[in-house]
Amino acid sequence: MQHLLPDKNGHFGIFGGRYVAETLMPALIELEKAYKESRKDSHFKKEYSYFLKNYAGRETPLYLAQRLTEELGGARIYLKREDLNHTGSHKINNTLGQALLARRMGKKRVIAETGAGQHGVATATVAALFGMECQIFMGEEDIRRQAPNVFRMKILGAEVVPVTSGTATLKDAMNEAMRHWVSRVRDTFYVIGTTAGPHPYPMMVREFQSVIGQETKKQILKMEGKLPDILIACIGGGSNAMGLFYPFKDIPGVEMIGVEAAGKGITTGHHAASISAGSVGILHGNKTYLLQDGNGQIRDAYSIAAGLDYPGVGPEHGYFRDTGRAKYVSIEDEEAIQSFILLSKYEGIISAMESAHAVAYAMKLAPTLNKNMIVVINLSGRGDKDAETITQRLESHQ
Amino acid sequence: MTGRIEKKFAELKQKGEKALVVYLTAGDPDLETSRRLILSLDEAGVDILEIGVPFSDPTADGPIIQAASQRALKSGVTLSSILAMIGSLQNVIHTPIILFGYYNPIYSYGNDKFAVTAKKVGIDGILVVDLPLEESHELRRYTDREGLDFISLLAPTTTDSRIKKISHNATGFLYYISITGVTGTAKPVIANIKEDVYRIRKISALPLVVGFGITTPRQAAEIAPIADGVVIGSAFVHLVEKNMGNENLIRIASSFARDIKNALRQVKRLP
Repeated sequence: MQHLLPDKNGHFGIFGGRYVAETLMPALIELEKAYKESRKDSHFKKEYSYFLKNYAGRETPLYLAQRLTEELGGARIYLKREDLNHTGSHKINNTLGQALLARRMGKKRVIAETGAGQHGVATATVAALFGMECQIFMGEEDIRRQAPNVFRMKILGAEVVPVTSGTATLKDAMNEAMRHWVSRVRDTFYVIGTTAGPHPYPMMVREFQSVIGQETKKQILKMEGKLPDILIACIGGGSNAMGLFYPFKDIPGVEMIGVEAAGKGITTGHHAASISAGSVGILHGNKTYLLQDGNGQIRDAYSIAAGLDYPGVGPEHGYFRDTGRAKYVSIEDEEAIQSFILLSKYEGIISAMESAHAVAYAMKLAPTLNKNMIVVINLSGRGDKDAETITQRLESHQ
Repeated sequence: MTGRIEKKFAELKQKGEKALVVYLTAGDPDLETSRRLILSLDEAGVDILEIGVPFSDPTADGPIIQAASQRALKSGVTLSSILAMIGSLQNVIHTPIILFGYYNPIYSYGNDKFAVTAKKVGIDGILVVDLPLEESHELRRYTDREGLDFISLLAPTTTDSRIKKISHNATGFLYYISITGVTGTAKPVIANIKEDVYRIRKISALPLVVGFGITTPRQAAEIAPIADGVVIGSAFVHLVEKNMGNENLIRIASSFARDIKNALRQVKRLP
């Protein structure tokens, strides 16, 4: 149908690439080479599947949300239960892959940035598993609102480095992780948590996360005898969405919808909807949709969900949007909170605030659809980490 | 057509002198101060001026230039106002000017329009820190057309085969990053620099300057014998920061530049 993307320099159409200082270029080239070799190595693949199954607990269920489906009275809603993975989100799929790669490359030290802390926890976990030194860069604001994850990272033996620059959220954590990587590039492996950053990260993270879509395909065929009509996933950097979408991308009958965070509302300017309300630019090593002012300065993102609080998005999502392969919509904080509560009430599942954005859009969409249609929502993470924030918020509204 | 940068290095070579390149962040703390600093650096005998365009997310910079970028952005400077300020110095100063920055403000301004305006206001070369060889074509198709030098970075991590490719495509001079790290965060180790400079010299005949982490006249003088010039960046920005609000700022800055230039001139007298 189309050429395999990215191209040799990591471009997806105009998006992607390697916009980094020269100091990092040799490391990125080395990483790409090691990654490509690992892809051909059956031992590496076996090892990766072993840990996915026996350590992370895959495969994760594809669960028909019966009560929610009945309540909404439209399409059949399935939840891909990534929240049931070890560490509580889809992030472990990627960190296991990258840590195995780091080990293969002889790196004994890993670093990562984190927003909600899910990727930080998933990285700290695999560092413990493989006996690696681990440093996690996290914005001070996120350290405050995601305290339970900070405790988990520390217990796992990682050092959590508070980042105070900018809005002290994910973007700034990524800046600091990149600076640190420049200084320790020879002995350190940078575990990027999303399908963004310089090539080969968007490609590599996509492929480690594709297990989500591959399983979904098999599971839905078994349960329904046909493929889903619509896939829905939340988008911060876009790794859980890409993981679900990618194995379906060449099947035209499957619609793909990415849900960005509209925060307090797109018109207020307090949001994280880079695709819906941003423009093309260059940040963190790749060309993509960004929130920026008219002079090319990056604007601060905002979302109640720390994992969506990022002013950019993975370059391949930019490509999917421009080619029309996927559609991108946005959901406000309040809508996400409502769906967080409804999903808990109807299905007994407390989802991450990030995933609640995908659920919220599905709740809007499902009632307008025919009953024989199938919608799959990627429930990318569990919501224990958000319980306190939501409780406080609900109490203050009373 | 020979550019002013090439001429400058030829001239210095004839005199047996080393180039002093000084970096400042435009708009820190405001554009008028930057303008006065540039005038005084020109007068102090700085050989090449490196004018930094602030960016909100300077991932290649250490705390000193990060803070300067924040102050500059707070003062409201934009690429467009910086270009206008540089334009106002045309025919006033005669030091070659390099614009240093990150790609996004340029991309947002428009690559074609940027190249045309940069040339028009008298800029001689550009150094875009996050635009490595592999991505440089999209900007160079315009800046090459205007005859702007595209200054390329080489790092301690750069392999010989990359040095070959990069230097083959570079114009003006090569900028060797003396530390594996971000700006102004570590002391360069002379022995390592020597080894790398030797590696680069075997491959390219372009002038080679060394920067990132050089803070004192003494360090500059130590590095100068093995290079064609040194860059003083964070150290100068730090001096500006320390003396902000001091009425003698301009004099202090200019005497700092003079001290380093003098230290570099001493080098020449060595047998």
